[in-house]
Amino acid sequence: MRPARGAGRPHPSWALPAVLFFGLFALVPMVLAFGLSFTTWNGLGEPRPAGLANWHALLTDGRLTRSLTVTVALTAVSCAFQTTTALLLGVWAAGPQRNRAVLSAVFFVPFLLSSTAVSLLFYALLDPNFGIVPGDTLGTTSGAFLALVFVGGWQFIPFHTLIYQGGARQIPEVLYQAAAIDGAGRLRRFRSITLPQLRNTAATSGVLMVVGSLTYFETVLILTQGGPGTDTAILPYLMYESGFKAYDFGYASAIATFLVVAATALSLLLVRVTGFGAMRSTREGM
Amino acid sequence: MTRPANPLAGLGALVWLAVVLVPVYVMLSVSLTRQDEALGANALRPPRHPTLANYGTVLDNGFGHFLANTVLVAAVVVGIVLVLCVPLAYVAVRTRGFWSGAAFRLFLLGVAVPAQAVVVPLYLMITKLHLYDSLLAVALPTAAFAMPVSVLVLTGTLRDVPEELYEAMALDGASPARMLFRLVVPLARGGIGTVVVYASLQAWNGFLFPLIFTQSEDSRVLTLGLFTYVSQFGVDIPALLASVVLSGVPVFAVYLVARRTLVGGLMGAGGK
Repeated sequence: MRPARGAGRPHPSWALPAVLFFGLFALVPMVLAFGLSFTTWNGLGEPRPAGLANWHALLTDGRLTRSLTVTVALTAVSCAFQTTTALLLGVWAAGPQRNRAVLSAVFFVPFLLSSTAVSLLFYALLDPNFGIVPGDTLGTTSGAFLALVFVGGWQFIPFHTLIYQGGARQIPEVLYQAAAIDGAGRLRRFRSITLPQLRNTAATSGVLMVVGSLTYFETVLILTQGGPGTDTAILPYLMYESGFKAYDFGYASAIATFLVVAATALSLLLVRVTGFGAMRSTREGM
Repeated sequence: MTRPANPLAGLGALVWLAVVLVPVYVMLSVSLTRQDEALGANALRPPRHPTLANYGTVLDNGFGHFLANTVLVAAVVVGIVLVLCVPLAYVAVRTRGFWSGAAFRLFLLGVAVPAQAVVVPLYLMITKLHLYDSLLAVALPTAAFAMPVSVLVLTGTLRDVPEELYEAMALDGASPARMLFRLVVPLARGGIGTVVVYASLQAWNGFLFPLIFTQSEDSRVLTLGLFTYVSQFGVDIPALLASVVLSGVPVFAVYLVARRTLVGGLMGAGGK
């Protein structure tokens, strides 16, 4: 970066409208959520102070631990499924096959549906009286869990495939040529060139997956309602249920605060891992 | 390209093709099946008496209205995001002061914060602002939550504008505003396109804000419309699937026309 020189730089106040808007609709609510977590509020009337009651309940009634376990498990299994599939498809799609363009276009179709539409599609496909999968898949714990993993993957793998395809295209061709001269086989080239070269791509895609898995909310609401029992009640769903179904907004706010803290930690990780924060041109090194 | 084709990978791609296509096929075929025929039948069998009646049912039940609401929300969201984020990214790239850095970092931190985390207090705020059950109640928070990624994408693009061009314009005595409209915006078209795609997808996909901040059919957007069809149509799965197909048509049309922009835009949103 060159030293600041010359006139014609915008005044920092140009950033103010964006900051104020974001502050009003994102930051103020976060602070409010923290405040509300110390109140009892049923959604009508005014919130009343309740001290540490919600936090005490949250940390002792076991719901948070159970929900956290499901959330982490769902995120981990989803990431493993999506990364493996997207990596293989992306590397394949970056190759020279003649039918690649057509197939890539077809692969992209699920991503064009909204999460709600995808969830409804599988709600119908998994219906015990109607669907294409025999038995009551969503009625069993493992069935419901795997259904969420699959449906999330079905929708989001196209997106991550795209990221990996972009990454794989950036790998310099000379590396493969050199390896071919050295007599390295296909598997060896994949392991020793493709995988290490895709490290940064995998980091970006992985962090986006983790962040995105919090938006499984619609899928859970439509497919399983957190069930059977509370076996698929991920944190955002637990928050929704406590607030907008049980009208316990204080408790819901405590969960929300917990979510904010977890998400902030995640976004710090995102910034570190992907280098989003570094003030550098994306053209550097090209 | 000298990279050799890989038959094993090709086979894997075919397997995934089936995973993608079977649900899509069932969705299309069942949406064309008469309801009395669909129940208890094998969902994989093509319809015996194909009918468009299910699509009629969906269109008669407010689909067009819900779609129009979604388009309206998307337009407002894209407008707000561009008007607010382009100047911010411009400041973040062109100035080095404490405040511009702080503003940029604020949005960095916001990247991972999920809408679910603030929906309870937002509900309180929206009610107090008398916005409950309006399209603005959906559009305003959706725009706010689309901003962090938009800021990242825009600053990424604006950094690529060469310093020399600013200097040349400064020599000509151009004001910062003139540089923004004559230099930055034209050169950042790619990033702006990405943000338009990203922000409209956020609005298109949005479910939680409409679910919580709206109530009446007047302000119902498409995702919520689909959701209400579940209870409305009950066991009428062909109609339900017809609504899912219809909801995909607009984006699919855009995709066919603007495949490059859309895919390129999403690659950008993925943070290269």
